[in-house]
Amino acid sequence: MSDTPNVVTGDLEAPSVAAPPETGSLSAAPDTADARRRLHDVWVAGTEEPERVYRATDEGAQELLPEIQEPALATQRGVLVSDDYVTEDTADEDERQIINMGPQHPSTHGVLRLQLELEGETIRRVKPIIGYLHTGMEKTAETLTWLQGPTNVTRMDYLSPFHNELAFSLAVEQLLGVEIPPRAQAIRVLMTELNRVASHLLFLATQGMDIGAVSMMIYGWREREVCLQFFEKVTGLRMNHNYIRPGGVAADLPDGWEDDIEALLEVIPAGVAEYQELLDENPIFIDRTQGVGVITPEECKAFGVTGPTARASGVDWDLRKVFPYSGIERYEFDVPLGRYGDVLDRYKVRVREVHESLRIVRQALETMPSGDYRTDDRKVTPPPRKRIDESMEALIHHFKIFTEGFKVPDGEAYQAVESPRGELGVYIVSTGGAKPWRVHVRGPSFAHVQALPVMMTDSLVADVIATLASTDPVLGDVDR
Amino acid sequence: MTQEPSDAAAPAPPPHPVPDDPVLAGLAGEFPAVAFTIFAPCPGPAQDIAHVPADDYPVFVAAVRRAGYDVFVDLCGVDYLQRRPRFEVVVTLLSHAMRRRLRIRVGVAGADPVVASITDLFPGANFYERETFDLFGIRFLGHPDLTRILLPDDWEGHPLRKDYSVGSVPVQFKGAHQAS
Repeated sequence: MSDTPNVVTGDLEAPSVAAPPETGSLSAAPDTADARRRLHDVWVAGTEEPERVYRATDEGAQELLPEIQEPALATQRGVLVSDDYVTEDTADEDERQIINMGPQHPSTHGVLRLQLELEGETIRRVKPIIGYLHTGMEKTAETLTWLQGPTNVTRMDYLSPFHNELAFSLAVEQLLGVEIPPRAQAIRVLMTELNRVASHLLFLATQGMDIGAVSMMIYGWREREVCLQFFEKVTGLRMNHNYIRPGGVAADLPDGWEDDIEALLEVIPAGVAEYQELLDENPIFIDRTQGVGVITPEECKAFGVTGPTARASGVDWDLRKVFPYSGIERYEFDVPLGRYGDVLDRYKVRVREVHESLRIVRQALETMPSGDYRTDDRKVTPPPRKRIDESMEALIHHFKIFTEGFKVPDGEAYQAVESPRGELGVYIVSTGGAKPWRVHVRGPSFAHVQALPVMMTDSLVADVIATLASTDPVLGDVDR
Repeated sequence: MTQEPSDAAAPAPPPHPVPDDPVLAGLAGEFPAVAFTIFAPCPGPAQDIAHVPADDYPVFVAAVRRAGYDVFVDLCGVDYLQRRPRFEVVVTLLSHAMRRRLRIRVGVAGADPVVASITDLFPGANFYERETFDLFGIRFLGHPDLTRILLPDDWEGHPLRKDYSVGSVPVQFKGAHQAS
């Protein structure tokens, strides 16, 4: 024991269980670090070996980059951030401290951890640390058939399940080459736009709650409940519906759905008007959001920021207009744009988008075509129950679809839809089998979490929560 | 019959068909080793695809960015296992001005999967390259912080590789004797 070098090797020699002090050391002045530690019998900051401090806080990938490497990334953006409060950099390096926000902080919308380097109240550096919800869903997707695929992807972005299912189904249909009947397309548009409304209402609820307007949370959830009840009536589930599938949708709209939509179109605009009354001219709300968390259009493009967050910066880009899918080009709607790219603009853009989505819903209600709700391609769609009793071929098709699953031709396809958060892309690779070879989901929240340092650096620590809430991240979509 | 010497002196035809689009045709002239294809599904938008050798990849991405594809959308890996090269890195870029997407597919050898990083061109590729490193073990040269992002640091292996088992939950009492 005596010849063991005096090095600290991990938890075996935790400072709190240090050896009892030798005789006389208590009376002596605590001049050495070791003695001071024993005196207090706790771990006194600054008395540890430098090497040990590093090991105890460093968690590899969860470590802040050396600062010298960060400006390199900032200059690559090619634009200077001009929206920040603090521009002079006079404070001493020693005055900085690193704190963690999360992973279980209530306003991180799941389990996101932000490592913040603070200088007083100014944030100098941010590192988002993700992966707490990673469950290997892309690996799981390779073990599920094409028909089971939507059950998996619908759980990724759990606030916009219909968009996940739609992107996956459209990508599979690209490779299959099946035409979707008009009624199925209209149902898809109806459900995804209602989903956008539900997701934006949840955003309004949480955005309000995160910056102190707690009553907003109850109001937002109240109106969202109307949407979820309609989803439950149509699909049987409030979330994770597995309703939009390759070849169409799982079931036709229930009887009396028109009345539900009419009621919904009454309730939600009234509710949103109530929120606007509460927030739009509220000086506290405006103080907390105006000029906060700004991102420029150039930064949006370089970081892959899409959706309402990019549109709030003035990027005129909506996939429903540019690359229309599922017949959405037949509906009339506007794309609201912001100007300043701050938190307030993101709120306003989303409020307008609720109204635009309701416009689409009304048009879908008025122009809902009749016909089949799924394709009649028997290789993809199971035959009607009645046909199984009559036709041997129908029986075989039914059996093949539900045992082996249908096969999808060789190839690669990328399909993006405009989810409530931005571009939700699905890249699928098929090798001709009954299961996908690779399913990659490009979630908008992943890019938004990556861009958080751009929005937060050199702003105040109180604005972190407002900025984070304004990008509306869903951590299930980030970690997959 | 052997060919005439005059034919041999004629310029060789381009190795790949030249795309119709003027921007892509310009890129095809600049990079003769890059093959352009178009995937035109019956429902859905046509998709431009560039098959890029790994050596040309960072230079090609820089040229594509200059040509107007300035929005970073996506980067992911694919493990083809039986194919050579085994891995593929798939980058999706977007041009708002031209309203076009471009998919760049880069083959990466399976023995030593290394490819250049494009974080100096598109900072948004940072997390995506970390994810691809984490799940496929493809290393991106020049990446500022190539560490695991979704999995813990001490995780062994790269789960989205095809030779990585999905695993299973052990079944209890599987080997127990049947009650007779």
